[in-house]
Amino acid sequence: MAIDPTLLREIIMDHYEYPRNKELIQDDSYLSRHMASDSCIDDITVQSKIANGKIQDIRFDGTACTIATSSTSIMTELLVDKTVEEAKEILENYFSMIDQKEYDEDLLEEAVAFQNVGKQANRINCATIGWKAMRDILKESEGE
Amino acid sequence: METNKIREDFPILKRTMSGKPVVYFDNGATTLKPQPVIDAITNYYTYLGANAHRGDYEMSGQVDDAFEGARKTAQKFLNAKHVEEIVFTSGSSMGLNEIAIMVTRQYLKEGDVILSDESEHASSYLPWLQAGKEKGTKIDFIPLDEEGKITIENFKKVLTDQVKVVALAMVSNVLGFTAPIKEMAKICHERGILLVVDGAQSTPHLPIDVQDLDVDFYVLSAHKMCGPTGVGVMYGKKKYLDELQPVFYGGESNARYNKCGDLILKESPLKFESGTQPIEGVIGMAAAMKYIDSIGKENIHEYEVELKKYFLEQTKDLENLIVYNRNAESGIVTFNMKDKGQLIFAQDVASFLNTQGIAVRSGQHCAKLLPDILQVPATIRASFYFYNTKEEVDRLVAALKEVTLENCVDIFF
Ligand SMILES: Cc1ncc(COP(=O)(O)O)c(C=O)c1O
Repeated sequence: MAIDPTLLREIIMDHYEYPRNKELIQDDSYLSRHMASDSCIDDITVQSKIANGKIQDIRFDGTACTIATSSTSIMTELLVDKTVEEAKEILENYFSMIDQKEYDEDLLEEAVAFQNVGKQANRINCATIGWKAMRDILKESEGE
Repeated sequence: METNKIREDFPILKRTMSGKPVVYFDNGATTLKPQPVIDAITNYYTYLGANAHRGDYEMSGQVDDAFEGARKTAQKFLNAKHVEEIVFTSGSSMGLNEIAIMVTRQYLKEGDVILSDESEHASSYLPWLQAGKEKGTKIDFIPLDEEGKITIENFKKVLTDQVKVVALAMVSNVLGFTAPIKEMAKICHERGILLVVDGAQSTPHLPIDVQDLDVDFYVLSAHKMCGPTGVGVMYGKKKYLDELQPVFYGGESNARYNKCGDLILKESPLKFESGTQPIEGVIGMAAAMKYIDSIGKENIHEYEVELKKYFLEQTKDLENLIVYNRNAESGIVTFNMKDKGQLIFAQDVASFLNTQGIAVRSGQHCAKLLPDILQVPATIRASFYFYNTKEEVDRLVAALKEVTLENCVDIFF
């Protein structure tokens, strides 16, 4: 489906200029993942509270480019209130989209804005840094 | 300088990037290679072929001549007093690691201080940090001035009796300022301090005379001066190289050994060159040194500074541009772009420039202590070399005029 690029650009700009859930919390019931070794520049921490198989809250903070900030912001909105299983499916579809493979765009909502990051191959890492952090947190929550 | 004629020596300049003729402004990271260097490397593989220092046949003898000839070329290039002071390495990082490990193990004791500074490349700082962990040595920092420069006054402020080594870059890879090495060497030697200089960014651009500078150790990387990757030089004053025990052992560096554990090493520099060396790299490096000398370092430096001045003139009305190193006399421009008063993240700008066919670097340029001084998480670095032109600078300026947050995000659609 060809979505109007102007609209997609606006989604990214909006989440970059007004990032959602961009504030960390001091609370031991949250799992936390600091993504500082994947790239030289983007430095993002993601926190999430998971209880009863459901994601109660997701937050992040850090210094990062437009793509890393906006993609993480969108991720926090998309995955909150989802069950761990649902979240895993969304994550899988997101990574498929980034890899230019088949994916279910209905599951991804605003995150489809990143469907073309692969055009700038060196920026794939930016579009996935926050999502990878969340993937790690989900694994940890399942005791892996 | 006849830039247009020089450009014909660089076949890669005919390629495109993002569908446009490439503008290569990432010379601080690595430089492009001219045909004579490519030919020298190819000649090793298509004609010379053999290992060095090993065979009793004509091919091997020819390799020895080329290999040891390259050492003489390097000696002349740096004006080292003795050819034995030229040790081949895989590059600046390897040389700096070897020096830090050898000096720390053999010359330093617990509590001794190594002076560094916050603009250092990781390769000039981390080896001392790690080597010092076993010994309990300590690193102190020469305070940078408000522009990010090293000054003699600040240097003197941190000199204590514990300081035994000063390890720094002659030219910073981020800001492009030149440290007053010759004066520092004089002060160091009055106090019995060793001066270790990272020449990765100075050797390609400035005339270097290690005797006149009177440095104790000096390293360089061939790839930053039109030579091949994976090869460089570790220069050390003969008295130190003769004394020091190498970090690596193996073939070629030993003269004899026996079952009782006795080992007799060869004399320097060979005792530091265990194993088969990058022979084609060493030969290619020598070709690069000759090529650079044929153009002349004075001319190179003057021309790069002229390109930088031209860039600053052409952008003087560009209000969204912040330049961090206006006064550094080099071909390095370190900057950021703003949009509506807000800094645009450096990587977003660099990716936009890529779509315009322009190669620059964004980030912290391996100097991760420096952002504290500049108070920005990352910068963009455009670094010029002698094959760049004012027309290419014009293309960068034109592209920077187009930089807005929206345009930086638009490249993804
Ligand atoms: C100042 C400085 N020192 C050291 C190095 C390391 O050089 P190499 O990667 O060739 O070992 C560099 C290269 O990035 C540099 O700019």
